Amino acid sequence: MIRWLKDLLGSASPPGAGRGERSARAVPAETLAKQLALVIDLNVCVGCHACVTSCKQWNTSGSAGPLADERPYGADPTGTFFNRVQTYEAGTFPATDTIHLPKSCLHCADPPCVPVCPTGASYKRKEDGIVLVDYDKCIGCKYCAWACPYGARELDEERQVMTKCTLCVDRIHDERLPKAERKPACVSACPTGARLFGDVNDPDSEVSVAIRERGGYSLMPEWDTRPANQYLPRRVTAQAGGACEAGPQAGGRP
Amino acid sequence: MNPAFSVIVLTTASGAAQGLVVTLALAALAGLPLARDFTNIAFGTAEALLLLGLAASFGHLGRPERAWRAVLMWRTSWLSREVIVLPAFIGVVAAWWLARRHGIDTPLLPLAAIALAASLWYCTAMIYACLRFIEEWAQPLTIVNFALIGLSSGLVLASALAASTGEQHLLRVIAPGALAATLAAWFTRTLALRRNAALKPRSTLQSATGIAASTLVQKSMGMSAGSFNTREFFHRASPAAFRQVKAAFIVLAFALPSLLLAWAVAAPSTTGFVLALAVQVPGLLAERWFFFAQARHPQNLYYQVVS
Repeated sequence: MIRWLKDLLGSASPPGAGRGERSARAVPAETLAKQLALVIDLNVCVGCHACVTSCKQWNTSGSAGPLADERPYGADPTGTFFNRVQTYEAGTFPATDTIHLPKSCLHCADPPCVPVCPTGASYKRKEDGIVLVDYDKCIGCKYCAWACPYGARELDEERQVMTKCTLCVDRIHDERLPKAERKPACVSACPTGARLFGDVNDPDSEVSVAIRERGGYSLMPEWDTRPANQYLPRRVTAQAGGACEAGPQAGGRP
Repeated sequence: MNPAFSVIVLTTASGAAQGLVVTLALAALAGLPLARDFTNIAFGTAEALLLLGLAASFGHLGRPERAWRAVLMWRTSWLSREVIVLPAFIGVVAAWWLARRHGIDTPLLPLAAIALAASLWYCTAMIYACLRFIEEWAQPLTIVNFALIGLSSGLVLASALAASTGEQHLLRVIAPGALAATLAAWFTRTLALRRNAALKPRSTLQSATGIAASTLVQKSMGMSAGSFNTREFFHRASPAAFRQVKAAFIVLAFALPSLLLAWAVAAPSTTGFVLALAVQVPGLLAERWFFFAQARHPQNLYYQVVS
């Protein structure tokens, strides 16, 4: 933590130099020993929203207090979620692909939301790379949400503090749970096994192998936030018994 | 972005106060005679505007009782730096006012006031300009415009105060300054508008999802009703209303005040200066609303369709 703060200090050199200098960048980061992350397989996500509801259930029941649910049975319900499943259609009818894209905090290696926080409530944990918000220090200024290109952060309208995916930090390290259950709620809930969880800095982990062998990619690479979470693109599947390949024309980078 | 009224009030009120204090400081340093009644009114107006801005800034917080924590991360956060510089500026202006009332005449306090006003413009603008993916903001003109618009509004305010209190000596110097600053701000704001009109966002639905298909549409944002993401980042004004605000701020904040100032200087007319101020105030609020509303946050790519 001290080292990380020193790095932050080092990067906050006086303005006037290059454009990058003035930008809200945290660190030319040291490589974390460990970076926990999700890898999401777009081949098998069926858009069932089980990850969304299990995330909500786990995180609304924890010690941090319930996540807001305003007018849940009204005409205009709204509430705080850490995870959303979105649906996209690629191509032109009838040659279209429907792709479900679960989206939560990507736990960037260079999280733009962290250095802008005026109170230090937003931080990236050195021990496992999770980006977290200290709800007791957050003043609800929303600046971190402005600074996240992915819209991963949601202000809890009842507690008036910023909230986001914690990778179920209160679950994955809980030694009272059986080892098989020490993973994020969304990963346990996914009926198709579309969500992989592990350490992307360990080259032999399941997630690293999946990223390496199946072309894992990041969202919005143009901003150089280096997200830890990655997505596995749709694969072209060989048609059984035929020489041709029946594959989607779209759905992920080749 | 959805402009927050509290931030609009904070940045315009404090910007005008900064411009007013810089005007007073430059006049004092140049040795212009300043009547006691006039300086009392001017300092009082500046402090009132700054306190109004400070109060408005609390209105933006979800947890205002913890606001003191915002000074802690000055090493990395421009917001934190602004939170430190704003009260420091208020304090130095108050100290200078007090010193003048006790007949202490030192160049140190006006110099400190100028330095802090400039720092505050820089910090406030950098809060927005440092967000590299909000491309409408991430440009040096953001800083130039915050400073020049603040200077213009401060000089217009100072001219109106000087004209109303009969400070003709001062008015002869600052009224052309007000006109020059307003024209300069009009010019640089137009440059920013032109640059933003030509912007092609670097993020696309393809880069946001990693789906390479050239025809790609969102079918569902994953919820049936709104969320923080749909409330905070969309201004919801119709394209026509958006264009009208743009036209309104160009006319009210820059064009009309410039004409009125030119007339007031030439006539000379006290009414002209007061009218310029009265016209510019709504113009400044419209300008700041447009500054926020024009910013297209890349997260909006993920929140296009309810279905």
